[in-house]
Amino acid sequence: MTQNIIELVDLTKKYGSHLAVDKLSLTIKKGEVFGLLGPNGAGKSTTILMMLGLTEPDSGTVKVCNINSTNNPIEVKKRVGYLPEDVGFYEDMTGLENIIYTARLNGISGDDARDKATGLLKRVGLSDAMLKKTGKYSRGMRQRLGLADVLIKDPEVIILDEPTLGIDPTGVRDFLELIVKLSKKEGITVLFSSHHLLQVQQVCDRVGLFVKGKLLAEGDVQSLSNKLFDNNAYTIETDLSLPSSRNSSGNPKKCTTTGLKEILQGVPGIASIKKKNDIFQIECSHDLTSEIARTILKSGANLNYLNKKEYGLDDIYYRYFEGGVNHE
Amino acid sequence: MGSLYTAVTNIGNAVKPNDPAGTFFFLKLFTISDGTMPSFFVFVSFLGPLLGISLGFDSINSEQSKGTLSRILSHPIPRDYIINAKFTGALFVVSVMFFALSFLVLGIGIMVIGIPPTAEEFVRIILFTMLSIIYVAFWLNLSILFSVRFKQAATSALAGIAVWLFFTIFYRIIVNLITKVLEPSKLASPRQLFLHEKLKFGLKQIMPNELFNEATNILLVPSVRSLGPLTMEQIQGAIPGPLPLGQSVLLIWPQVTGLIAATVICFVLSYIAFMRREIRSR
Repeated sequence: MTQNIIELVDLTKKYGSHLAVDKLSLTIKKGEVFGLLGPNGAGKSTTILMMLGLTEPDSGTVKVCNINSTNNPIEVKKRVGYLPEDVGFYEDMTGLENIIYTARLNGISGDDARDKATGLLKRVGLSDAMLKKTGKYSRGMRQRLGLADVLIKDPEVIILDEPTLGIDPTGVRDFLELIVKLSKKEGITVLFSSHHLLQVQQVCDRVGLFVKGKLLAEGDVQSLSNKLFDNNAYTIETDLSLPSSRNSSGNPKKCTTTGLKEILQGVPGIASIKKKNDIFQIECSHDLTSEIARTILKSGANLNYLNKKEYGLDDIYYRYFEGGVNHE
Repeated sequence: MGSLYTAVTNIGNAVKPNDPAGTFFFLKLFTISDGTMPSFFVFVSFLGPLLGISLGFDSINSEQSKGTLSRILSHPIPRDYIINAKFTGALFVVSVMFFALSFLVLGIGIMVIGIPPTAEEFVRIILFTMLSIIYVAFWLNLSILFSVRFKQAATSALAGIAVWLFFTIFYRIIVNLITKVLEPSKLASPRQLFLHEKLKFGLKQIMPNELFNEATNILLVPSVRSLGPLTMEQIQGAIPGPLPLGQSVLLIWPQVTGLIAATVICFVLSYIAFMRREIRSR
């Protein structure tokens, strides 16, 4: 399981004066689901194209399954399945015919191809539509057909470039479930490129953050958030009111920031208290939820709301962008 | 079909007694016309380029815009298979079509006039058919080149048609203009006159359609003896009569080589451009 299946070393690609990929080094282990995350134009697709030998890097090396993709793309493509961003099919052929055609491109012929294609189409949930012309397929069906197209060669690695773009939520869920199942069951390495944070968080073991051709950070979501929010990895959101002092209409008065600071004076480990949208955000170095609750209640204030905030990928993502802007 | 009909109806008038070309009676089917309809070979020289352009203009860029190119190329096949197949596939279609057409004309000709072609005539017709295929292959490759070069199918189609129009109409005008300017006076030495004629001939040779027309002329009208300018010295003592097949082929050899070379150059250029390019999805 510890074998490196994708190795990128100092990969650089320029388009004119624009640096699309800048000295990228990345290793992906066998059996992993790796999420490549970045905004549009970050160089994700270019990196993927270089992995498949569909474009040449200006410098650096790409090795997939220990084979150099630039010099020997055909061997790489025998082992790697690639689902492009917007996959197209021959529209005057049926779904089944399209898949049989790719099976034959992969050296499977005759009845084997037909059997395998039928089986795969059932698996991706297109058995009803497989005799329909692909011109009539919806976007989601096309993506699923694309997955069947990728799986026909029994790949070791699947590269998916923005696979969930334009599919409805249930379709996305099914699609992601299918990918995870495949990866776990058959040990297929999956490289998943997206700018959809939630989806990446759902399925990926590890994530690489990709901005302006550079890999800013990589690791699982937990370690990424620890790295980013180093000391103050926990944020507790709370809202409280003071029953002792009432406003003109007789309702308990809202607590002010300074008021809360006074209340929580005695609790060690609180880094800062901020008010945002009528809710206090308390940043602290470790999990202080129960202690804060106890202190607030002891002080006699009403506790209206208390929530321990977990950092998701979107927080990490935005934090990185803030960071990126500040650096410049 | 139309040109065949006019040829058949006019064949009676075309045959004159004691015509030195009378032995090549059957070939007239391909060249004769009464003015209402162009003859078969004019049809080919006119529609051939259009056929080639229409078969090739969207070969690569439509695959790209449909998103199939990046999908196909993510499978383990060498990249040049695609462009080779695009060329050979279309060439095969063209070959089948032209042979079918030629044999159709041949067959109907035999049925209507009742005289089978001689062996030499038959070989000439086959050579003419192959020449047409080469000619169409040139336009096919040119349009494949454009389809690799341009992202939009419409652009590459228009570019192909523009080149075709340029060669059929405007290039001729330009050549006329140049030769008119350079025209030597009537008192110039014969050598100068001869060089001028040579230049005029040479300039025309750049046109692929001119190459094709000359070659078909020699093949289908055996009495044509030369393409370039001839001096009196060369003509002196010549007996008017048809050229034997070997001599005709010898005469058109440069034209055929030129056509093949142009075809190959176009293909090589598109091959190189295609092999080096980046395949993005859509």
